[in-house]
This record gives sequence, structure tokens and C-alpha cells, in this order.
Amino acid sequence: MDQPELRALEHRCIQEEAPECTAACPIHVDGRAFVGHVARGEWPEAWKVLRKTMPFPGILGRICDAPCRQHCKRREAGDPIQIGDLERACVATPPPAARIQPLPRKGKTIAVIGSGLSGLTVAWDLARKGYSIRIFEPGSKLGGLLRRIPGRRLPEAALGEELERLTALDVAVHLNVDVEPPQFLEQCISENDAVFLGLETPLGRNWNISRDDAGWIIVDPMLQATRRTGVYAGGRPSMVGLSPVWQAAEGRWAATSIDRFLQKVSLTAGREKDGPYKTRLYTSLEGVDSLPGVAAADPESGYSLDEAIAEARRCLQCECLECVKVCAYLERFGAYPRKYAREIYNNESIVMGVHQANQLINSCSLCGLCERVCPEDFAVQDLCLQARRRMVRRGKMPPSAHEFALQDMRFSLSERFRLARHAPGRTDSARVFFPGCQLCASAPGQVRRVYAHLMESLSGGVGLMLGCCGAPAFWAGREDEFRQVGEGLLKEWRVLGQPELILACSTCLRMFSEHLPQVPTVSLWEALDATNLPPAAAAGTVLAIHDPCTTRPIPAVQEAARRIVKRLGVSAQELILSRDKTECCGFGGLMQNANPDLSREVAARRAGISPLDYLTYCAMCRDRLAAVGKRALHLLELAFPDAADPDPAARKGPGWSERQENRARLRASLAEEFWGERAGAMQEEYERIRLIIAPEVAELLEKRRILVQDVQRVIHAAEKSGSVVIHPQTGRLKASHRPYRASIWVEYSPSPEGYVIHTAYSHRIEVLGGPRA
Amino acid sequence: MKAENVRPEDLEWVCRKCSRPLEVGPVVIEYMGSQFTTELPTCPGCGFVLISEALALGKMAEVEQILEDK
Repeated sequence: MDQPELRALEHRCIQEEAPECTAACPIHVDGRAFVGHVARGEWPEAWKVLRKTMPFPGILGRICDAPCRQHCKRREAGDPIQIGDLERACVATPPPAARIQPLPRKGKTIAVIGSGLSGLTVAWDLARKGYSIRIFEPGSKLGGLLRRIPGRRLPEAALGEELERLTALDVAVHLNVDVEPPQFLEQCISENDAVFLGLETPLGRNWNISRDDAGWIIVDPMLQATRRTGVYAGGRPSMVGLSPVWQAAEGRWAATSIDRFLQKVSLTAGREKDGPYKTRLYTSLEGVDSLPGVAAADPESGYSLDEAIAEARRCLQCECLECVKVCAYLERFGAYPRKYAREIYNNESIVMGVHQANQLINSCSLCGLCERVCPEDFAVQDLCLQARRRMVRRGKMPPSAHEFALQDMRFSLSERFRLARHAPGRTDSARVFFPGCQLCASAPGQVRRVYAHLMESLSGGVGLMLGCCGAPAFWAGREDEFRQVGEGLLKEWRVLGQPELILACSTCLRMFSEHLPQVPTVSLWEALDATNLPPAAAAGTVLAIHDPCTTRPIPAVQEAARRIVKRLGVSAQELILSRDKTECCGFGGLMQNANPDLSREVAARRAGISPLDYLTYCAMCRDRLAAVGKRALHLLELAFPDAADPDPAARKGPGWSERQENRARLRASLAEEFWGERAGAMQEEYERIRLIIAPEVAELLEKRRILVQDVQRVIHAAEKSGSVVIHPQTGRLKASHRPYRASIWVEYSPSPEGYVIHTAYSHRIEVLGGPRA
Repeated sequence: MKAENVRPEDLEWVCRKCSRPLEVGPVVIEYMGSQFTTELPTCPGCGFVLISEALALGKMAEVEQILEDK
């Protein structure tokens, strides 16, 4: 990822875009932060928010016409927040102490003619930047038109306090000045570095300055430049009526222009958001109840503090977070995609130091729900997958993240499980059933039954392919390994005469259709829907249907599954977040491998949506939900029930060891039943080692992801080599073996019935032995 | 990882091949391209190195994590 890519990604996430009130405000007061403080009764903090952007909150806070109201999101669910009234309530509280620290003097002077709100704002902004200000006011008091505002609205003391803050800076005030003669303007121009004309009241009829047909001085909107170099103007009431905040804004824009003019930099660059603009922030109103505005008991004096707090509490505190709301993973890391993109970029940029985003990158389920709900289609899954690929390429992928799942995949690709055959007795196949690795691991009995059903129901021959689609390698970012898996599958498919593949797993379906598009595919559910189904054993039950996340973009599969459910006489209830918004079970993207805790949380969250038993059509979804205690059924358990299991929804999924055993056993039994091959021919020598494993030890092995087969390998190797230590008191033995990039240790005792396993553990660090000379 | 990672009970194990009790000795370990020398229970005869459960699940896992994130 390079800088421009990062910036494009950051731009796509709108969480940090301004809320409507801020965007609509001509001077962009942070209305959301301000109202938030008011809601908590934090008056000094609320004051500070106003001061940050507002010139003279003591003045403007009392008279602001609050154009933000018309844009406030709250108006779509009740009345808009009365921000103007909240400002009045806030500035009536004692102002917190504030020190003004102007920049060092620049040695440049600015003449400000007129001291209405626009002129005062120019003076305030530029004086703090280190310019020397000279105010020329025709009247007898500073403030111009502000003096005409009734005292109950703008008390003289409040006005005085703010003006004192201004005149404490490098600001010279000249009152009762006759500004009308043409030479006054000429003198101002020649004696100062720039001039501002406050247009609140008509000025200088005889000045040498371009005017329009109606006699108004011509001013470029937003830049506030007149036709004379170095002369800026603003505050004209007739432009938008009498809008105090707009007058202040024109003063602010003029001050920006004057500063840029004097610094000899671009007057226009980067000022697109100077005035009101349309924000890209999206705020959902889902679940927001309509609330009317709070009315002041005494409209004349405005809100009391309590009334202001009540009104402020209606504020929605606009933000997007659409993706974070539906994703436990995005929530877990405490931020949102814009920040995550930066963290991932930084993770790749560091040469020395800690790669803090590894866990962030590897925990995503790659399900893509974020993109589906994002108003701007931000795809966190693409960001994470690409980051994983780059980590793999640079040799920076932590082995702990995916190794175990990859080993499991390699097992499924080995001769122990792999098989590709035409239907028994045939030499061609119109179709081939590809049940996938996890269904065979979880429900081998159903695989056998559905294969027999397909052979019986479909014409043209239905062959069988056992193996793995390579999804774990794809998810792990291992592009080369994934490609090799694909090539192997293509080879088998060609040998079988390029048949259509019937896929039971929607992940397989996606992998084939997206990466091996030359292979014609159909989901098992669409294929089954075209056959006569066995009579329904569970007719009349009500189940909640959970769509696997990989079916999200393939509604045809979701519809076919529902049709089958209906034909089986079962009534399926929809979960919130189903179909094109369905959630991952916590297995996808190898989240389960890289972040087991989070994976459990994701599964538990999904399981908690409905008290009904869940029905799904992905073996992994079924087992992940079952692992968190949810009663869950696979659609095949419903369609092809096992007579020996009266309550399949209560079945826990098999452990990691058993999953591999189930696959190997299924392969062997199908090979024997359908093709007459002798079973057990492929058993490895170590698998004959008999183990005695107490339930609590089995649980420990499962948690530590140590396979029974690995324990057998350790003992086999130890007994063969004699490399083993013995504990003289207990007689226990201890040995290790490194079958892949992990060393596995087993503590055991031989007994006549087999080896009793006491414990097993593993580490990835490799022990090389004594130091080399 | 230093000798403090070796606990007294780790040295109660005896190498079955050499019939010699384990002793603390220098051992080279490697992960993610980094090599270290540390002190671990070792058979003075055949060089068998014992990694205890506490070490594997404790300090060693920590070091693995650090090296993976380096």
C-alpha cells in the first residue's frame, strides 16, 4: 500500500466527516461537541468549544441565527436541536478563564473600516495572527450596528467584555472618524498593508472603488476581495438578510484572504470547505424515536440550564459506524475503517519495531458485511486480505495465525482424504458431487446418504470428488499455495471429463466460481431442489434460518435452501441480518484460527439473536454455533436424518482430531462401499498406536489444537528413536516431535491397554541443540 | 530466556537413552529468522533438550509472540 492508496481508503470511510450542523455552519462551529457538553452540563467545556471557532461567543452566542437548525438530523425524528438557544444558555454561564496568545508581531498593519461583526471578526482573527490592527469607526462607540441590538438580547456588559478581549491585543481604535472622503480610503490603502471594509452600513459613496448597478461595492463571494488590490470587504446585510453568523463568516474569510495576500500564497487553494457545504457523513435513524423540542418556560429569557440540558440530550451525536454496529471484529479493535487503514499502512511501513496491526489484519473473517452496509462501500475484507498477502510475500506472516488451519487443509488435500471417481460402474460423469472438507468432517453420514440420493436421482452419472477448495490458503493470503490447490482440482476435473460440480459448501462455491470460472458449478441446494426429497421427519417444526456469510452475494442459493426447508415441512423464521446481510459464524477468513476468543464472541452474538434452534446449510456455521451452546442443525441433518440420532440439533461438532479422522474414515468407507477398495489400506504406522485419553486431557488437546494423530506421532517417533526422558519417581515419559512448524510434547505412561496421556503442549520456537563451535 | 526459566523439578527427568539426569546447559533456539542461545535442561550425553510445559506455555509463547510481531 502506498500513500495515495491509503489516502483514497481513508477518504472512503466517512466516520470523521463533519456532522450536519458543523457543515451547515458558515464558520463550522463543532455543534455536536458543543451540544454534547451541554447535555452533560459541562458548561466551561461547552464555552471552550464555542471559543475554538466562534469570534466573540459572548456576542455571537447571543445573537446567532443558527442556520444549522435547518440541517440538524434530529429534524427527521422530531424538531431540530435548538443550538442557537443552547448557545445563549451557555454564554450566560460564567466564561472559563482563557489566555490569548497572539503570534509574534509581523510588522504589518491592517486598516479595518467599520466595527460591525464582520470588521470585529477581521480584527480578532488577524490580531491573533500577529498583525497590527487599526479600526476606524464612524460612530462614537466600538461595535457599530451591534449597539442597536436590545439589551435584553445583548447586554452592554457582555458586548463590553468581548470588546475588551479584542482591544487587549495589538488593536488601535479610532472613533468618530469621518470615513466618507475619497482620500480617506486612499490614505488607508497607502498607509496600511491591507484594508477591510465592513459593509454592515453603507460606506464611502465617493470612494474610488468598483460598484454594481445598485451602488454596492463589488465583492467576490467567499474570497471577499474587492476590485482594488489589497482591499477586502464583507458583512453586507442584504446578501442573505441580517445574519450575524454570516457577517462573522465573511469577516473570517476576508481575514484568511488578507493573511494569504500578505504572505503571497494562493488565495484560493484548499478553501473548498470555507462556507457551508454538504457533508458526506451518514447517520442512521434506525431505532431513533421521534422527540419534540424542549420549550423554554419563559421564552423571553430563553432556556434555563436544566431546560438546555434536556434539549441537548435529544442530540443524536451524529456518526456513521454502520459497519462497526454489525461487526464484533471491527468493534473489538476500538476504532473504524479509516483508522484501521492507517494502522495497517503503518504496520507495513515500519522496518524496526512492533507490528501492532498483525492481529487486526488476521482477525477479520473476510465476510464483507462491512462493505454491504457501508454507504461508501468500504471493504475491510479487501484491505485485510491484501495486507495478509503482502505479509506472506515478505515472509512476515506470523506462523501462529494460520498454520494449524493450513495443516488441516493439507491433510484434506492428501491421499488420506482425496478421491476423484466416476459413479461406480460408469466411465463418465455428467456431474460430480464435491461435499467439501468440513461437511465430511462434521457429518460424514449425511455425505454418504446425499451422495447415494444424488446418484439415484440424477441422470448421466454423478461422480465424487473429495478434497478441499483451498479456501484456507486463500484466506491466509498464501496465493501460491492457493493456486496450486486450484491446479490440482482442475486436473482432477479434467480427468473426470469436465463435469458440472455439485457443491455442498458455499465457500467452495465461491472459490470455484471466482477463481476457477471454467468449472461449471451448482450448489447442492439447487441440485437437491430438482430431485424428489425423502419424506420429512421434522415436519411442523419452526427453526430460524442462518445463511452462511459466503452466500451473501448468491441469492439463488439462499432461495434454493429455503425451498427445500419448505418442502420438508419446516417453517423457517428469518433472523435480523439475513440473506444479503447475513453474519459470519466466526470461522470465515480463519478468524477462528487467528483469534479464537473473538471467534467465539462472534458465534455467541449470532447465536443470541433468536431463541429458536438454528438451521443452516454450512457445516462450519453449524459446528461453530453448536460450539457456543446453540442448538443448530445442518439442512442435510433435516433432509437425510440419522435414525440413530433422535436430537441432531444437540450434537456438538467433532473436535479437530475427530474432523480429520472422520474425513479419512469417510473416504475409506465410501471407497470400499462404492468402488470395492479395501478399507484401512492407507493407515499410517503411527496411527496403530493406542492411546488412553481422559476427557479433561482431550479437552486440553482440543483447546491447544493438538491432534490425537500428532500425539501418536510423538510417541511413535520417541519409541523408535529412544529419545525420551523418564521421571524416576512417577515413571512417566516425556518426548517431543516436530511434524511441521511446531514442536509437540507429550507426557505419557505405557500401560498394557495403551499409552496413557497425561498432558501435551506445543511451541513454535525450534530447538537447534547445543551451540555450534 | 535465561537459567531462571529452568525450575528444579525440570532436572528430575533422566534421559532414558543415556541414563543420565538432565543438566542446565547452553542451547541454541531459533524462530522467525532470529537465533538465541539460552540455558535449558539438557542431557549431557546425547544432547536431548527438555522444554517444560510451564516454559512452553509461558515465557516461550511470549517470546514467540514478540518475534512474530517484530
